[in-house]
Amino acid sequence: MPYQFTVSPDFSPDHLSGWYIFNTWLQKQTGQSIHLEMYSSFQSQREAIKRGNVDLIYANPFDAAMLVREKGFLPLVKAVGVSDEAIIAVNADSLVDDVANLMPGTKVAVTEDPDVRMMGMIMLEPADLDASNTDIVVYDTYVLVAKNLLQGNVDVGIFLAEAYDDLSHIIKSKLKVLVRSQISVINHSLMIGPKFADKRDEIQGLLVSMDQDDKGKGVLKSLGFEAWAKVEDEEMEFMIDLMDTLAI
Amino acid sequence: MIHDMKPGDVVGDYKETILDLYGGISRVVLYTDIETPYPDGKLIVSTTDKDGIITHVNKAFVEMSGYTEDELLDAPHSILRHPDMPSVAFKDLWDTVNAGKHWQGYVKNLRKDGGFYWVKATVIPNIRQGKVVSYTSVRRKPSRAKVEECMKLYPTLL
Repeated sequence: MPYQFTVSPDFSPDHLSGWYIFNTWLQKQTGQSIHLEMYSSFQSQREAIKRGNVDLIYANPFDAAMLVREKGFLPLVKAVGVSDEAIIAVNADSLVDDVANLMPGTKVAVTEDPDVRMMGMIMLEPADLDASNTDIVVYDTYVLVAKNLLQGNVDVGIFLAEAYDDLSHIIKSKLKVLVRSQISVINHSLMIGPKFADKRDEIQGLLVSMDQDDKGKGVLKSLGFEAWAKVEDEEMEFMIDLMDTLAI
Repeated sequence: MIHDMKPGDVVGDYKETILDLYGGISRVVLYTDIETPYPDGKLIVSTTDKDGIITHVNKAFVEMSGYTEDELLDAPHSILRHPDMPSVAFKDLWDTVNAGKHWQGYVKNLRKDGGFYWVKATVIPNIRQGKVVSYTSVRRKPSRAKVEECMKLYPTLL
């Protein structure tokens, strides 16, 4: 039976092929059979985790607590210099220039991306807004969030900062950023499950030295990363604690 | 370590008082009416040991408190204690986290320059191998309406 690998469904579509290239590289380096399964939703991915069908995962920080504390996963690495940040944006024509001026009943466009949604909702708190007094509209992609902001169907959009930055200049010129988070310590991590854990040190070693040869560098580039950095157990525990404080 | 506040560090007209802090510490504090607005999009994060001694701070903590990182590490978290904060709030905080639960509340913090800033604070116990080993506090931007409620409530609890 091959080991099962999956990637948080919020990966950038531009990097889909990169994850398959990475999986091929990993199989060659470890000599292990690893199957990459991409899930289309967080819900279907979590069900696979619950069934024990995931051994390796590039995980959203929102799921880290469940993976570590309920499923016995351990951290391997994170992408160097990459952290999850959120943006609150409105239509450029909106009269609102400050989050604090948003009113109850505001229509908020989000995706299913759980950590970005949480950070975004925290940034709406200065206006006393939360899920109970806003109208949350869920879209499949950040492009659709932007489109609905432009069409005036929603008042506010919550974006992954990276996804917002990747929007075309024309779209961005018609939007206005109210807040960009600067949290720095919330990030996706590659994590290994109990069935695969005896290979943890070997895989961690391969990954942190991946940027030191041309082949590895090329694979990293296809993922949009420069290098991997080791994640210590305590660093992961700290991020989980931090996420716990934000979920309250 | 925690020291009495020095007039040379304070910006603007100030009042002076003596605070009795946790652990039998007495501190002269100098405070002004100057508010520093909480920056949008940032979280202030710190960790303390079980006695409330600071072991970790992030950049936002350093920027908002006005102290250097070296001044904050190994200092009691009460270095931020503002005389307008009722001690009953901190008793509730410690009773709650010592019971292994999270605490959330609105806090007026004192800066090194005598000014202040309001935060919405969440404190959780860090549990490792089933034991509380430290506490993490995360502060975020509060709503002005909640701050105004606290400005009315807290003087009644002093």
